[in-house]
Amino acid sequence: MSKRSIEILVGLFVLLGLGGVLFLALKAANLTTMSNGDTYPLTANFDNIGGLKARAPVRSAGVVVGRITGISLDPKTFQGVVTLEVSRRFEFPKDSSAKILTAGLLGDQYIGIEPGGDMANLAAGDTIKQTQSAVVLENLIGQFLFNKAAEAGSGDAAGSKP
Amino acid sequence: MNALAALGARALRVLQGWGHGALFFLDLIRVLPQALRRFGLVVVQMHAIGNRSLLIILASGLAVGFVLALQMYYALVTYGAAESLGLVVNLTLVRELGPVVTALLFAGRAGTSLTAEIGLMKAGEQLAAMELMAIDPRARVLAPRFLAGVLAMPLLAALFSSIGILGAWLVAVGLIGIDGGNFWSIQQNGVDVWRDVGNGIVKSAVFGVICTFVALYQGYETEATPEGVAYATTRTVVMSSLAVLAMDFILTALMFSTR
Repeated sequence: MSKRSIEILVGLFVLLGLGGVLFLALKAANLTTMSNGDTYPLTANFDNIGGLKARAPVRSAGVVVGRITGISLDPKTFQGVVTLEVSRRFEFPKDSSAKILTAGLLGDQYIGIEPGGDMANLAAGDTIKQTQSAVVLENLIGQFLFNKAAEAGSGDAAGSKP
Repeated sequence: MNALAALGARALRVLQGWGHGALFFLDLIRVLPQALRRFGLVVVQMHAIGNRSLLIILASGLAVGFVLALQMYYALVTYGAAESLGLVVNLTLVRELGPVVTALLFAGRAGTSLTAEIGLMKAGEQLAAMELMAIDPRARVLAPRFLAGVLAMPLLAALFSSIGILGAWLVAVGLIGIDGGNFWSIQQNGVDVWRDVGNGIVKSAVFGVICTFVALYQGYETEATPEGVAYATTRTVVMSSLAVLAMDFILTALMFSTR
C-alpha cells in the first residue's frame, strides 16, 4: 500500500474517532442542553434539603431555567444553603418562592421556582426568602401515624362520654 | 535457610523486574519527542494499530450494545423504569465497558502483534543491527508504536461506546418499542460531558499507555528464540489485561466515588 493511501486511511480513522467523541458529547450527553455562560447566582435557605444534589435542575413551570451549583450548611442557623445558577434570560420577582420538588414518585429532586407578584426582580447574589423544604417520607409517615393516633384517642373519648 | 534464600532471591528478582520496567518506561518517554519529529512513522503505526483494530472494535461494540439493551430492559421493566434504558446503557458503556473492553480487545488484537513483531525483530537481530548503525531502536521502532497506541486507544474506545449506544438504540426503539425521543433526552439529562464522557476518555488514554507499553516491553525484552517470542506474546495479553482491570478499579474509585 502506498504511503499516501495509508495516510488517507489513518485520516479517516482519526475523523471517525473524533466523530465518535462528538456524538457522545452532543447526542448522548448534556453538552447541548448545558446552560452556557450567561447565568446569575441566587441562594435559597431550606430547613431540610432532602436528597437534593449539586447539578440538579432548577425549574419554573416545569421548564429548566438553571442548575444547582452548590449545597452547604449555614453554621449559625443550621439551614441548608443552596446556590443556584439561573439563566440571564429569566428574571424572577423578588417575592418568588423556591420549593424542593420530586420528579415522579421516586425520581430525582429539583428546585421549582414559583414567581411572585413583586415589581422588582431578584438580582445576582440575592436570596430567595420564601422556601419550602423537601418532603421527607419518614416525617410524613410519622405525622400520619400521629394524626391517626390522635383521631383514635379523641374518638374513644367521644364514645365513652354518653 | 535455603527456603529463606529462595524467597529473598525471588523477591529481589520481582523488584528488579519492576525497576527495569519503570526505567524502560522513562527511557521510552524520553525518546518520544524524536517520534514526534518523524510523524510519518507514527501514521504508519496508527494504520497498523488503529485502522486494523477498527472492525473488531466496531463489531464487538455493536454486539455489546445489542445485548446490554436487551438485558437491561428485562431488569428495568420489572421496576417500571424501562424508559431509562438509554441512560443505563449509555453510562455503562461510556464509564466502564467502552474503555475496558476496548483495552482488552486492543491487547488481544494490537498488543500481541506489537510484541511478536518486535520480538522477531530482536530474534532476527535487527534491533542489534540498528544499534550498530548508531540508530536508537527505542526512538526508531518503539516510540512511534507507543505514540500510535496511546493516540488510537481513546478514539477506539469512543467509537466502541458510540456504536454500542447506536446498537442499543436499534434494539430499544426498533425491537422493544421505547420512544426514540425519550431514549435520547433521558441520556442528555443524565450524562455529564466532563464527569462521564471526559473521565471515560481519560481512562481509555491510561489504558492505551498500559497496553502499548506492556506489549512493547515484552517484545523488547523477549528471549530471542521462537519459544521466547511465544511466551512474551502470551504474557502481553495476560499482563495488560490484568493491569487494565486493576487500574480500572483504581480509576473508578478515584473518579466516581465522591458522588
